[in-house]
Amino acid sequence: MSSQTHTLPPLPYAYDALEPIISKQIMELHHQKHHQTYINNLNAALSAQASATASNDVPTLIALQQKLRFNGGGHINHSLFWKNLAPPGTPGNDIGGAPTLRDAIISRWGSYEAFVNAFSAELLGLQGSGWGWLVSKGGAKGRLEIVTTKDQDPVNGPDVPVFGIDMWEHAYYLQYLNNKAGYVEGIWKIIHWAEAEKRYIAGVENPLKL
Amino acid sequence: MAALLNNSARVALRSGASATFKAGAAGLTFARGKATLPDLSYDYGALEPSISGKIMEIHHKNHHNTYVTSYNNTMEQLQEAQATGNIAAQIALKPAVNFHGGGHLNHSLFWENLAPKSAGGGEPPSGALSKAIDTTYGGVGEFQSKMNAALASIQGSGWAWLVKDKQTGQISIRTYANQDPVVGQFEPLLGIDAWEHAYYLQYQNRKVEYFSAIWDVINWKAVEKRFA
Repeated sequence: MSSQTHTLPPLPYAYDALEPIISKQIMELHHQKHHQTYINNLNAALSAQASATASNDVPTLIALQQKLRFNGGGHINHSLFWKNLAPPGTPGNDIGGAPTLRDAIISRWGSYEAFVNAFSAELLGLQGSGWGWLVSKGGAKGRLEIVTTKDQDPVNGPDVPVFGIDMWEHAYYLQYLNNKAGYVEGIWKIIHWAEAEKRYIAGVENPLKL
Repeated sequence: MAALLNNSARVALRSGASATFKAGAAGLTFARGKATLPDLSYDYGALEPSISGKIMEIHHKNHHNTYVTSYNNTMEQLQEAQATGNIAAQIALKPAVNFHGGGHLNHSLFWENLAPKSAGGGEPPSGALSKAIDTTYGGVGEFQSKMNAALASIQGSGWAWLVKDKQTGQISIRTYANQDPVVGQFEPLLGIDAWEHAYYLQYQNRKVEYFSAIWDVINWKAVEKRFA
């Protein structure tokens, strides 16, 4: 078990497939460099944890917790993120493909537009690096909430991450610079609503095995 | 709010000074009681090749300016909440004061502790500061390695600072999340911005290269003044 290492999951689309919303250059760096680094550091932390467990070294085990949280969170969050995006103009990002989720959103926020506005305001209000999530509280088909997590903190079970939006500057800076509102406006055109519907209805058993 | 401002700046705010002027070591500028974006004492391109002119321009004119604008907006809301005695609103504004005020303070200090090579950037510290660094870290090279390790270890956005402990006079390296400013027990001496916007256009994910290159444009003279 401890010898099992994590590897970079392939993207479900080409690096340039999200253009013009997210550039090929951003996607390449984000996936091949940033995501890969979280995986490398997670594997290193897991290996250190295995040694510390074997030698019953409790101080080291405790010291490793934050590294695991940050790098494991980075791996989980990016794995969820890639799959809850779809190239613009493809069937995946038609909200019609998410009837149950759409009804739940409308009953909670009044309209799709009101939901998008509320979510966008949360994203733009984030102070520093972090993520915005649509979360189903307590499990599948739960009460919907817009949640932000700082740095690489993941959404913890039993809450379900229906979809996530990366608000680290590396997610948009090469294209949008300080105009993060432009990035937030564009991201709604590439949400994979069919994937979101699936997560909302069935939950996410293991975000690393989507 | 008052805790974020140094004495002279606070006086300037109270007196509603109508002229723009420099106040205190942070070079914070105010006009009619509002925070204003301070001018850089060097050109945007002057820190190349360590920091590109494009980064400097966006960082100063856009990012820093947004902190200034948002800080002033927050202060207006705070004054209104104070005028109406709305305690809940005053407390709710605290994170915004910390974030935008911190962003303004941190960047103002940062620009000052950088300098082009032609203006002494990268020249090693001297005097009492040099002695304190030798005593604490065994030399400026060792200090830089430790500072770089601290910068690299930041999880998310933030800053690393060389600070002076007001109680003991000792110097140490501390990291701060997001725009949390160096206040209270510690005094800021030298700050390095580890937000991605500080380096991404030039270094992308290779932040370690940015941390290594920035020492060529550190204004140790400014740091010595803060330490004195």
